[in-house]
Amino acid sequence: MRQPETAYLYDEPGPRGRRRIRTASVVSLLVLAGLLALMLRQFASRGQLDADRWTPFLSWPIWEYLLVGLRGTLLAAAVVAVLGGALGVLLALGRLSPIRPLRWACTGFIEVFRTLPVLLLIYLMLFGLPAYGINLPVLWKLAVPLTVANSAAIAEIVRAGVLSLPRGQSEAAASLGLRRLQVMRAVVLPQALRAVTPSLVVQLVSLLKDTSLGYVVAFTELLYRAQVLSAYNRLLIQTFLVVTLVYLVVNGALSALASRLRSRGSRKTAAPIAPATPAQPGAPAVEATRA
Amino acid sequence: MSALVENWPALLAGLGTTLLVLVTSAVGALVLGTLVVVARVSPVPVLRAAAFGYVQVLVNVPLLALLLLAVFALPDAGLLAPLTLTAIIVLTVYEAAYVAEALRSGINTVPRGQVEASRALGFTLSQTLRLVVVPQAARAVVQPLGNVLIALLMNTALAATVGVVELTSAVNKVNLVQAEPIPIFGAAGLVYMALALVIGLGAGRIEKRVAIRR
Repeated sequence: MRQPETAYLYDEPGPRGRRRIRTASVVSLLVLAGLLALMLRQFASRGQLDADRWTPFLSWPIWEYLLVGLRGTLLAAAVVAVLGGALGVLLALGRLSPIRPLRWACTGFIEVFRTLPVLLLIYLMLFGLPAYGINLPVLWKLAVPLTVANSAAIAEIVRAGVLSLPRGQSEAAASLGLRRLQVMRAVVLPQALRAVTPSLVVQLVSLLKDTSLGYVVAFTELLYRAQVLSAYNRLLIQTFLVVTLVYLVVNGALSALASRLRSRGSRKTAAPIAPATPAQPGAPAVEATRA
Repeated sequence: MSALVENWPALLAGLGTTLLVLVTSAVGALVLGTLVVVARVSPVPVLRAAAFGYVQVLVNVPLLALLLLAVFALPDAGLLAPLTLTAIIVLTVYEAAYVAEALRSGINTVPRGQVEASRALGFTLSQTLRLVVVPQAARAVVQPLGNVLIALLMNTALAATVGVVELTSAVNKVNLVQAEPIPIFGAAGLVYMALALVIGLGAGRIEKRVAIRR
């Protein structure tokens, strides 16, 4: 049996402890299996488990239809990641800048768009701005609000990375005669970005989830295609479960990458922001807890 | 501006729904998330695996997909609840995973030595957790939990896509009639920001109050 990472919380169980753990395992297994059985029975009683409701998902045309949606999802995610990433780094630099108006503007932008629901921005894009003659192609109706919202989140991640770097780094660079922007570009940012890479990948997962809002703007992405498909084949439960599974596979791979990067980062370097260590006093948390 | 004044009952009702969804699912998510994290650190392998799976699935699936599944698809299997209640349940289940992650990272901030010391003193698991781990982890967890609640606030807007008339939806409906997007959406944005500010300041105050002065 694999040792859990929280194994240090308890002693190696003795014979009685082992017996108790075994009993608890059996009981919880029975409870979980019972819940699953109840659910399956409920599904079966409505004929949702019948083979002919699931076999369509073994055929290629249905998958082809859904994979085109997945391509849209990945396209939107890539656009938002590139634009949001670039804007996020600029915003982080702006918020750390010594120029006061710039700092205020960037801080304001970040704080505003960190707390606005993306859907509100999308509704503004869909139903608000056309009144002023602004009517973008459908990809951008999704990508612009997502970019704005995600750049604010990315800016905070990058800023946390920059702040977590020891001051000596930028002081040493400055004493070598580099100018502020050169210090940032050559010394601070490369290290800061490497340190926050896991958090950035987590943000990428959240961003990919956000592209499901394409459903609202009728952009051809995975969830929108699922909706159209289910309206056509009337297999609502099956279609949505399959699509959920696709999201799970894609995002699960990204999440696994993030945790691998994280464990590798904390092993290789003595980077001060290894997540398991307590946060330094005053430094903002690097962990992006966002969906 | 007049659009806001004329339609204040609808907007207020929307805000009320947002607050109802926010508060109920916040309480639900905190309770469920705590249960999940307890299972996650328990010595029982089955519970640990179940909690791990729960968090992995919900963190990697879009909330909107779960909402559509619950609202439009599950009635086909005879599972039908009132619309707002369905949205609250989905939000609870979804955010509980994030609450569990926040709590777990809080547990991780307690140095191993603390736990090992209490074990050396002969504390049982529940004593170790109750007397040593939780009091320290709770302090580290206030701010992350505040962030989860702010995210929950933003996610309540998604209930609009399945037909719950909360603030975002109410605002959108008013705009469709009045066609004054900037003041109408701007006002809604200010309300969301104010709510997020309240949550953030509240978390900050709690954090300051429970902080250990060294």
